[in-house]
Amino acid sequence: MASPTTRTAPSTGPAPTPAPAPLRRLGGNLRWGFRAYGLLALMWIRVSFTYRTSFVLLTLGQLFITALDFVAIVIMFANVDVLGGFGLAEIAFLYGGSSLCLGLADLALGNIERLGNRIRMGTFDAMMVRPVPLFAQVCADEFALRRLGRIAQAAAVLTWATASVDVDWTVGRALMVPYLVACGTVIFLAIFTLGAALQFWTTDGSEAANAFTYGGSTLTQYPLTIYPVEAVKALTFIVPVAFVNWYPALYILDRPDPFGLPAALQFSSPVAGLALCLLAGLAWRTGVRRYRSTGS
Amino acid sequence: MSLIEVTDLSRTFEVRRKVSRFRREVHEVRAVDHLSFAVGAGEMVGYIGPNGAGKSTTIKMLTGILVPSSGSLSVAGIDPSRNRVELTRRIGVVFGQRTTLWWDLPLRDSFELLRRIYRIDRDRYRRNLAEFTELLELGDLLDTPVRQLSLGQRMRGDIAAALLHDPEILYLDEPTIGLDVVSKGRLREFLRTLNAERGVTLLLTTHDLQDIEQLCSRVMVIDHGFLVFDGSLELLHERGGSTRTLVVDLVDEAPPIDVPGAEVRKVEGPRQWLSFPAKASAAPVVAAVAASYDVADLSITEPAIEDVIRAIYTR
Repeated sequence: MASPTTRTAPSTGPAPTPAPAPLRRLGGNLRWGFRAYGLLALMWIRVSFTYRTSFVLLTLGQLFITALDFVAIVIMFANVDVLGGFGLAEIAFLYGGSSLCLGLADLALGNIERLGNRIRMGTFDAMMVRPVPLFAQVCADEFALRRLGRIAQAAAVLTWATASVDVDWTVGRALMVPYLVACGTVIFLAIFTLGAALQFWTTDGSEAANAFTYGGSTLTQYPLTIYPVEAVKALTFIVPVAFVNWYPALYILDRPDPFGLPAALQFSSPVAGLALCLLAGLAWRTGVRRYRSTGS
Repeated sequence: MSLIEVTDLSRTFEVRRKVSRFRREVHEVRAVDHLSFAVGAGEMVGYIGPNGAGKSTTIKMLTGILVPSSGSLSVAGIDPSRNRVELTRRIGVVFGQRTTLWWDLPLRDSFELLRRIYRIDRDRYRRNLAEFTELLELGDLLDTPVRQLSLGQRMRGDIAAALLHDPEILYLDEPTIGLDVVSKGRLREFLRTLNAERGVTLLLTTHDLQDIEQLCSRVMVIDHGFLVFDGSLELLHERGGSTRTLVVDLVDEAPPIDVPGAEVRKVEGPRQWLSFPAKASAAPVVAAVAASYDVADLSITEPAIEDVIRAIYTR
C-alpha cells in the first residue's frame, strides 16, 4: 500500500491577465480540443488495427461500394455522350469533388451522428465528466479509418477527371481545385454538425441529417442542369451544397452559369462555408445548453 | 469552507403530457426542492432515497452535467455549472449502470488514454496504476477489452479509471448494483482504504443499505426532492423509531411474555418475538425473560435500515 498521496494545491487556472485573456483561453481550448481529438482518433485507429483483416476488408468494401457509384455513371455514358450538357470527364470532376469532400468530412466527424444514441443510452454524461471539449469527444468517437476507402476512390476519380477535362489550366484554375476540396469539406462538416445538434432536440434526428449530407452529396455528383431551377436555388440558398462543387467547378471548367445566376456565386463557397459553420456552432452550443437544462 | 456546499438548490423539469390528440399540457416537476447541505473533506456520505427521489439529479448538478434551476452550488470551490471542465480534474465519477470506459479498448489502453486526457504526470500515473491494479485485483484483466469483462470486473476497472487523476471527490452512483456478495465486500473494503489512506471524499448513492452501514458515517435521505434526513446512522435509527428484536424460544408454549421494557410482536408456538428500542440495552430484557420463563434459546436481530427509512419516508 503506498503512502497517502500528497496533493498539490489546486491551481486556480491561468493567472488573470487584462485584455487578451479570454481570447488566449479560447486559443488554448481550441489547441487542446484538436490535440485531444488526435489522441482519441489515434486510439481508435490502433483498435481498428488489432483486427487487421477486418479493417482491410471493410476499407476495400467501402472503396468497392463507392466505386460502383461511379461505374454506374460510366455505364450511362456508354449510351449518351452528354448529360445535362456535361461530358463524362466533367461529370467525373463534379462527382469526384463532391465525393471527396463528403469522404473527408465523414472521416473527420462521421460518427457525430451517433450522438442521439449516446444521449439515449446516457453515455453522453460520461463525456461530460472528462476534461475534453465535448465536440472533440463526439467527433472522434469511434474514429473509423476505413472511411479512407471512399476518399481513395474519390481522389482517384478527381485526379483522372482533372487530367482529362479539356481546360486551359491557368494558375487560378489549378488553385481552385484544392480550394474546392477545402471549402466543400468545411460545408459538409458544418452540415454533419448541424444534423448532430438537431439530435439534442430529437434523438432520432440522424436520419434527417443524413438526407442532407449523403443526399446532398448524391445530388451534387451530377451537373445541376439536370434539375429544375427551383431545386438549384434551394441547393444554393437553403441547403447550400451547390457550393461544395458546382459553383467552383463552373469556374474551373470555364462554363457560364447555365441558370444565369451571378458569377460571384462561383467564388462564394467560403462565405457559404463560414455561414454554415457559424450556424452549426450556434446550434451545437444551444443544443448542449438545452441538454444541460433538461437532462435528456 | 466545506468541500461541497449546496444552498437552496432546486431543479425543475418541464414534463409534457398528452391530454388529447392535439393538446398537450406542460407541467412542472420539481426533482430537487430547496436542497441544502455541506460535505467536509474526507467524509463518506451515503445518499439514499427511492427511485425518482432526485438522487441522480443532484449528482448530475454536482458534476456540472445539469445546470440548477435555482440555488447555489460549490464543489471544491468551483461552480460546476460554470466551470464544468475545470471541475472534471478534481472529481471522479462512477456510474454503476453504465461504463465510462471505452467498450472496445483493453483496460490498459483505456487507462493510458485517460492519462493523456487528464494530463497526469507519468510517475504519479505509474504509482496510481500499480496501486489500484493491486488493490482492485486488475492485474490479469488489463489486456482484456472492456466489453469482455464481467460486471464486477468492469466496475473495478471503472473505479480505477475514475481515480487515476487523484480526484478529491469520488461520486459513486450505485457502485454495488448487480455485484455478488464477495465482490461487494471487496469493493467496500477498497473504498474504505481509499478514504482512510488518501482522504478521498466519497458520496455514494445506493439501494443496498449494507453499503451505507459498512461505509458511511453519514446518511442523507432524499424523497420527492426534499432532504428528509441528514445525520449519522445512529441518529437515523433513533429518528426512524427503530427497534431491535429479541427472538425467544421457550421450552413450552406459553402466553405472551410480559416483561418491562419490551413488548411481544408475534407468537408462533413456543417462539416469541419481542421488540425493544434500539438504543436500550438488551441485557435487562434478556435477564427479565430468563428469570421468569424456561428459555431454550435466544437471539437478537438488529434493526433493518430499510424499515427505518420506510418509517421516515412515510412520515
